[in-house]
Amino acid sequence: MAETKKLAVKMHKVTKTFGKVIANKDVDLELREGEILALLGENGSGKTTLMNMLSGIYFPDYGEIHIHGESVTICSPKDAFALGIGMIHQHFKLVDVLTAAENIVLGLDGGLTVNRKEVNRKVAELAQRYGFEVDPAKKIYNMAVSEKQTVEILKVLYRGADILILDEPTAVLTPQETEKLFAVLRNMKKDGKSIIIITHKLNEVMSISDRVAILRKGEYIGVVNTAETNQSQLTEMMVGRPINLKIDRPQVKKKEARLKVVDLTCLNGDGVKALNNVSFTAHGGEILGVAGIAGSGQKELCEVIAGLHPAIGGSVLFTGEHNGEPIKERILELKPDEIAKRGIAMAYVPEDRLGMGLVANMDMTDNVMLRSYKENKGIFVDRKTPRALSEKLIEELEIVTPGVDTPVGRLSGGNVQKVLLGREIAYEPSVLVVAYPVRGLDINSSYRIYDLLNEQKRKGVAVIFIGEDLDVLMEISDRLMVMCGGRISGIVNPREVTKDEIGLMMIHVGEEKTDDEEVEE
Amino acid sequence: MSKIHGKVREPLLRMAKRDGISSQKAWLIRGIAFLLSLMTGALMILALGHNPLAVYQAMIVGACGSGTVLQETVKIAVPLLITAIGISFAFKMKFWNIGGEGQILVGAVAAGYFGLFTAHIFPKVPLVLLMMTAGMLAGGIYGLIPAVCKAKWGTNETLFTLMLNYIALAFIKYLMNGPWKAPGSSYPKIAMLVKGARLTKILGVHWGWILALILVVVSSIYLKKTKQGYEIAVVGESNNTARYAGINVSKVFVRTMFISGALCGLVGMLQFAGADYTLTEGTAGGIGFTAITVAWLAKMNPYGMLIVSVFIAILERGANAIQTQFKIPSSAADLLIGIILFFMLGCEFFISYRLILRGKEEKDA
Repeated sequence: MAETKKLAVKMHKVTKTFGKVIANKDVDLELREGEILALLGENGSGKTTLMNMLSGIYFPDYGEIHIHGESVTICSPKDAFALGIGMIHQHFKLVDVLTAAENIVLGLDGGLTVNRKEVNRKVAELAQRYGFEVDPAKKIYNMAVSEKQTVEILKVLYRGADILILDEPTAVLTPQETEKLFAVLRNMKKDGKSIIIITHKLNEVMSISDRVAILRKGEYIGVVNTAETNQSQLTEMMVGRPINLKIDRPQVKKKEARLKVVDLTCLNGDGVKALNNVSFTAHGGEILGVAGIAGSGQKELCEVIAGLHPAIGGSVLFTGEHNGEPIKERILELKPDEIAKRGIAMAYVPEDRLGMGLVANMDMTDNVMLRSYKENKGIFVDRKTPRALSEKLIEELEIVTPGVDTPVGRLSGGNVQKVLLGREIAYEPSVLVVAYPVRGLDINSSYRIYDLLNEQKRKGVAVIFIGEDLDVLMEISDRLMVMCGGRISGIVNPREVTKDEIGLMMIHVGEEKTDDEEVEE
Repeated sequence: MSKIHGKVREPLLRMAKRDGISSQKAWLIRGIAFLLSLMTGALMILALGHNPLAVYQAMIVGACGSGTVLQETVKIAVPLLITAIGISFAFKMKFWNIGGEGQILVGAVAAGYFGLFTAHIFPKVPLVLLMMTAGMLAGGIYGLIPAVCKAKWGTNETLFTLMLNYIALAFIKYLMNGPWKAPGSSYPKIAMLVKGARLTKILGVHWGWILALILVVVSSIYLKKTKQGYEIAVVGESNNTARYAGINVSKVFVRTMFISGALCGLVGMLQFAGADYTLTEGTAGGIGFTAITVAWLAKMNPYGMLIVSVFIAILERGANAIQTQFKIPSSAADLLIGIILFFMLGCEFFISYRLILRGKEEKDA
């Protein structure tokens, strides 16, 4: 039993099903005391489900959980806290109008009053111990994403957790912030905390973890020492077969200005400037990558271009052709159907696939006709054409679905995205705006999406790719535009910059803006 | 195999969403729920000192036992059905129109204006058409107001439509007491519609029932096959998706609420010219609210609403019958209807979810 004693967490043959979906099947997981374990797996491989069972959000169907060698039952997050387990979720659960310290003590037992001074002092002390930078009296709504994450971590530490679970903590951070977080995690490890970090970014796994546990399709594949492995071995374990991780960047000769955005300014829902004098040109036959911290104006940029969000200044100019006729058109302030009426095929794959791009409860036919149902004459909808198109898409894009009559909300993330992108591409766009097209997708689907985008680029489409994974953006983009706080901090040649430089641009608006034309080759 | 030990026990009951259920099984659940509701109702009847079987039998006989009572039942079902169809248009786009009551009343008032004061000018057919148009227009406009306000300023339609009900009700009371008070009457009441202007009866019931059946078919086609129906469905699922698809959400709100209100207004006209022949504060009589139950129970399907509205009409007629036959108080009869509807609505939970008892291992259904 000496071996078990050193284990902070031991999960044995844990199974969880949702209806017919098996999220975890007989998973074993061991976390040693004072180590950082990376939990690696593709999207949908059951990482988060497994950790949710540890933190009391789900209850396993079968299996045992041991904490510090003792068999336990975790029914609720409260039970988990009592056992010293704290989870930092991907989506923060903080109250915006309260301060950091207030959020940290929220829900703790205690008297009716909060001694704010005392709490602030304790929080500051805790922060100092691990190397956090935080102002306990700052309100959450004034905080950047990385600060909010710090508060989440402190919340867990304040409650005395010694087993920490972080669910994709770096997804929202810049490279520099990621480094800071890792430094803090190393400090915590030194202090004897046991940490599980969920991720699918291999370079981070290599730099922070002691060991790596791999899940695939809900099943436990194995665990390896980080020092004894490499990225390609990990990928193979994760996907189940060797895979080439290189993303293509085909060269297209003919490039012409397609979409010219000049001094675009717009407000968000709260009346704050979300875009501030944004100017750039997107060319046909290229992929223009857009990088930036989440909420830097990417969503508004897409929506203004697509005609879904009003602007307060600037203009968007489209140059292209329709049926052989050249067209030049100002498209700002036009609604999506008005843009289409002018013969401009503007395709947009929004970030919120099932909340904007598709209707989850409708079948594929009804979703495919979403943007074109007005085209036929008369008061009745024509379902024959979209039905045929749906069947074609299923075949061409290898969409896994029981049939065209299945609601798209029932499909897996990758297949949902294929339906959406497939529909947008089917109407032969001249501009294609895609926002976070591979978020939540497994590796296979992601590469299929990259291929589809490259195919459009070869056809001469101007592709605007809003992304979050800098590695991907730097590989696939012909030019990379970096946004920060609603401004453009620069448009760079991704072949010539480093990730750190881009990271800096994400948090600073550069003094001199790289000229649009300079990076053209 | 592995058992779960520890300080804390597994929760007694857990809920799990069903992945989909065969329609056979769903109907089985509904059947069981119906039986259970009858059994629960039987307990109440026993407590009142009657024989449940006799009471239930009397309900059925009282609702469909003879031609005359059947006509009465249909008379209840028709306004319920048309109102439910009207309301379901709004509900399909997640616009919570609970103002059916008010829309019925203003429809009745508008029809009443022409029926009461122009009957001597127009011959019957134009008069009826005029009443119909007026009723539908008034109901439609009454439905339009909350839609315009929601589209323009994002007001809450639930409260808005509800409040409009009370305005319409108070307006009728005002008419009864003041301008439209029947001459020579000591009570506050409005005169009767002259015989010549009343709706023609077909098989003993005013022709509204044929119109209702036509509306079932037409609305089903409208919602399923037309572009406007498709737009309603998309707006109902997500306003964002609708905007993305180039649908003018405000326009759909306004247009659909006009149709929704117009159908309710039509009911007001039918009640006035075909059933009551006058206006009272009971002209709507809760139809606007009961229709919500009808629409939900039928899951917004017009054919389903046909069945449900007849079912509820039978319950109401039956409840009336047992009041006179067994001297059961009307409140107890209403209670019986309530119990049955409660079970029928409640069983939908068991169609969407299943419960897992502690210790019971999950097996695939």
